Amino acid sequence: MNVKFKIKRYNPEVDKEPHYETYEVELEPTDRALDGLNAVKWKIDGTLSYRRSCAHGVCGSDAMRINGKNRLACKVLIKDLKQPILIEPLLGLKVIKDLIVDMEPFFAKYRSVKPFLINNDEPGTRERKQSQAEVDKYEEATKCILCASCTTSCPSFWANGQYLGPAALVAAYRFIFDTRDQATDERLDIADKQMGVWRCRTIFNCVEACPRDINITRAIGKVKKEIMFNKM
Amino acid sequence: MARNLYGSRTQPNGSMELLAWYFMRISGIVLLLMAVTHFAIMHIFRDSQTIDYAWVAARFSSPIWRTYDIILLFLAMIHGMNGVRYVVDDYIHHQGLRVLALSVLYTISLTLLIYGMVGILTFTPQLQSF
Repeated sequence: MNVKFKIKRYNPEVDKEPHYETYEVELEPTDRALDGLNAVKWKIDGTLSYRRSCAHGVCGSDAMRINGKNRLACKVLIKDLKQPILIEPLLGLKVIKDLIVDMEPFFAKYRSVKPFLINNDEPGTRERKQSQAEVDKYEEATKCILCASCTTSCPSFWANGQYLGPAALVAAYRFIFDTRDQATDERLDIADKQMGVWRCRTIFNCVEACPRDINITRAIGKVKKEIMFNKM
Repeated sequence: MARNLYGSRTQPNGSMELLAWYFMRISGIVLLLMAVTHFAIMHIFRDSQTIDYAWVAARFSSPIWRTYDIILLFLAMIHGMNGVRYVVDDYIHHQGLRVLALSVLYTISLTLLIYGMVGILTFTPQLQSF
């Protein structure tokens, strides 16, 4: 079938302002938006730039705004999209070229919550065992692939780029509720900043955007509650 | 002035934000009950057209209703003020403008709060003159 794409283009070396360009390609209805972008790049305009890696919804590199919603281009089928398919880079991060945004501020926030296990006990010779109930508490948050769909869909983040954002808070949640981790207080302190959990206005855009179906707003709410029970 | 990783001012500690968040939830629930009750009394059980001095005076002769109105006034004013503070914090990034906007907000809120308090507390029913 003939599919129309309207893609936001920006090459800082040539363009003063971003602009939209329309392309038409032949695709199957069951092809994905990413296949469409590949068709444009390989057959029409090789200068079109975007990130892609695994192309199967695991690596999280091809998050972009598709028809106004943050989606992984490799997970959306052409038949489910209204034409012309509007493709834009993620909002709230600086565009490097076309659909490629500077992810560094996003990763800096991720790193700031110390997204790794902190446990000063002797490691021993066996694994640190947990009950199923203990795993269930945080398992959902381990599914995050750091695609930035959530953070860049968040109006609070658009309004104020200093906000840690949903993805970093999900990472904090993942360790705060892990019984093996010993840095809960430290992480709660990081989240309990004006630019931490308190910037979350429970808008739920992040939940809608997450390609891994993580209930992010609920996770942030649980961190808020945890801070409350720890400090009040 | 201390700057953080992103070159902006150092974040204030969040403890006030925790209290503000907690207050918004609790006051929200209480306001829902109290404001709905207030609305029902003023507009459903009684036609607002028939509310006159005598009716208000009779109502305010009871300290219970004055207390009710003071609580309603405080919760609504502070709840609303904090909501606007969130909006200002979110959208006004220029430091000077933000401080100016917050100063105006706090001044207006405090003035209205005092004005309302004076109204509720100093009102003296003069039933005989009507």
